[in-house]
Amino acid sequence: MHKNLISIHDFSKEEILHILSVAREMEANKSQKLLEGKVVACLFFEPSTRTRLSFETAANRLGARVIGFSDVANTSISKGETLKDTIKMVSNYVDIIVMRHPLEGAARYASEVCDIPVVNAGDGANQHPSQTLLDLYTILETQGRLDNVSINMVGDLKYGRTVHSLLQAMSHFNPSFCFTSPAELKMPMEYKEFLDTRGIPYTETASLQKHLRDCDILYMTRVQQERFNDPMEYEKVKDVYRLERAMLDGVRPNMKILHPLPRVGEIADDVDDTPYAYYYKQAENGMYVRMAIIACLLGYK
Amino acid sequence: MSEKNTQLKVSAIKDGTVLDHIPAQNIFQVIDILDLSQALNPVTIGVNLESKSLGRKGIIKIADRFFADEELSRISLAAPDATVNIIRNYEVVSKKKIDLPAEVVGIAKCSNPMCVTNRQAVTTRFKTVKEGEKVKLLCHYCEKTTEEFIPLRH
Repeated sequence: MHKNLISIHDFSKEEILHILSVAREMEANKSQKLLEGKVVACLFFEPSTRTRLSFETAANRLGARVIGFSDVANTSISKGETLKDTIKMVSNYVDIIVMRHPLEGAARYASEVCDIPVVNAGDGANQHPSQTLLDLYTILETQGRLDNVSINMVGDLKYGRTVHSLLQAMSHFNPSFCFTSPAELKMPMEYKEFLDTRGIPYTETASLQKHLRDCDILYMTRVQQERFNDPMEYEKVKDVYRLERAMLDGVRPNMKILHPLPRVGEIADDVDDTPYAYYYKQAENGMYVRMAIIACLLGYK
Repeated sequence: MSEKNTQLKVSAIKDGTVLDHIPAQNIFQVIDILDLSQALNPVTIGVNLESKSLGRKGIIKIADRFFADEELSRISLAAPDATVNIIRNYEVVSKKKIDLPAEVVGIAKCSNPMCVTNRQAVTTRFKTVKEGEKVKLLCHYCEKTTEEFIPLRH
C-alpha cells in the first residue's frame, strides 16, 4: 500500500480494487472504531463543503477525531505562512492530513515535506483521486463489474478533471467511451491519444440524444464557470445540455446516471425519481470510499 | 598585399573542456547552469559565431576543468546538440554528445502558472519525454506537460 493518495496514476489496478473492496466493507458496517485515538487533519486551503463534509464524516465514522480549517481567512496562511510550514506544523500534531489546495501539485509537495500520510482532496484543476475512486466504486456497484462498461461522458470534457481522471482509471478495465460535448469543450487530444495507444474505442458527438440508449453509465458534468477566462464563452455553452425524464425512454435497463455534483441545470429535477438517477447514492458512496482511503493509509489492511 | 584575416581567433587551451555547438541565444543559460560565473579557472566564451548547422552558435572553453556526465547532462535542455571536447596537451582526446537525463531537477520552469512550483519555494522536477526531435517536460508536481524549455532564473 502507498503511504499517500496524491494522484490516481500512483495506484495500480490491484491497489484500486483493494480500496474498493475495503469500501464495500465500510458500506456494510458504517460505524467502526478502527481509528479510535487517531486524529485526522482536514486542511481546506480552498473551500469545498461537499468534499470536506464527506471526509470529516468518514473520519468520524471510523472513530477518529478531526481538526482543521475550511478556508484560510482566519489562519496564519493569510499572514503569509508558506505551505511547507503549515504542513510541517500540522503533521507534528496529527496522524494523517487530508488537504485541498488551489495550487496544482500542492498535495504532492506536502507529502514530500512531512512524514505522515497525505490525502489529496483536490489540487486545483489537477487531481481529485477520491472522486475517481468513488466513481469507480459506483460503477462497480451499479453494473456488478468494472470490465467492458460503456460510458457516455457529457458536458465540459475540456476542463473537467473528473472525467479525465476517470477515463485514465477506467483504462485498466477495457471500457468504451462516448464523449458528448459542444465543440468548445471537447475532450483534449492528449486523452484521445492516451486511449488510442491502449486500443480503447471512443466516439464523439455534440448531441446528447444520440448515445443515450447505448451506454451503461451516463456521466453528466457541470460546465464550471470558474474555468472560463472569457465570460462570453461561458454564456455560449453553459446551458448546452439538459437531461429530462422524457429523454430516457428506451435506455438500457441497467443504465445509471452519475454526476459529481453540484448540478446546476444539466439534470432536470424530474429525472431524480427515475430508476436511472444514481447521483445521490454516488455522493453517499464517497463517504465509504473515503473511510477506506483513510483506514488503508493508516495501516488497516 | 595579404588578405585581412577574417577568422576569429580564440586562444587554444592546453587542458580542459570545450563545449561547442551551443545555440547562441542559450549561452548565458549554459553559463548559469554550470555556475561558470563563479569559476576561478580561465574561461573563454564566444557568442554569435557562425555555424553551418546552428546559424549562430556559442562556444565555451574552460581550462583545467573536466565535468562529470551528470553535470553536463544538466545543460542538455539548453544545448541539446552541444559537443563536449576533452582537451589534453592541446589535443582533442575525446569528443561526445550530451545525453538527455531521465529527470531534470532545479533547471527548468513549469509553464503552468497554477503549479505549486511557481508560487511556493519548491525545486522543480520534471521527467523528460522525447518526441522525435522535441523534448517535453512532464511536471512531477502539477502533472502538466511543458513544451518549451524555460530556464529558472537564479
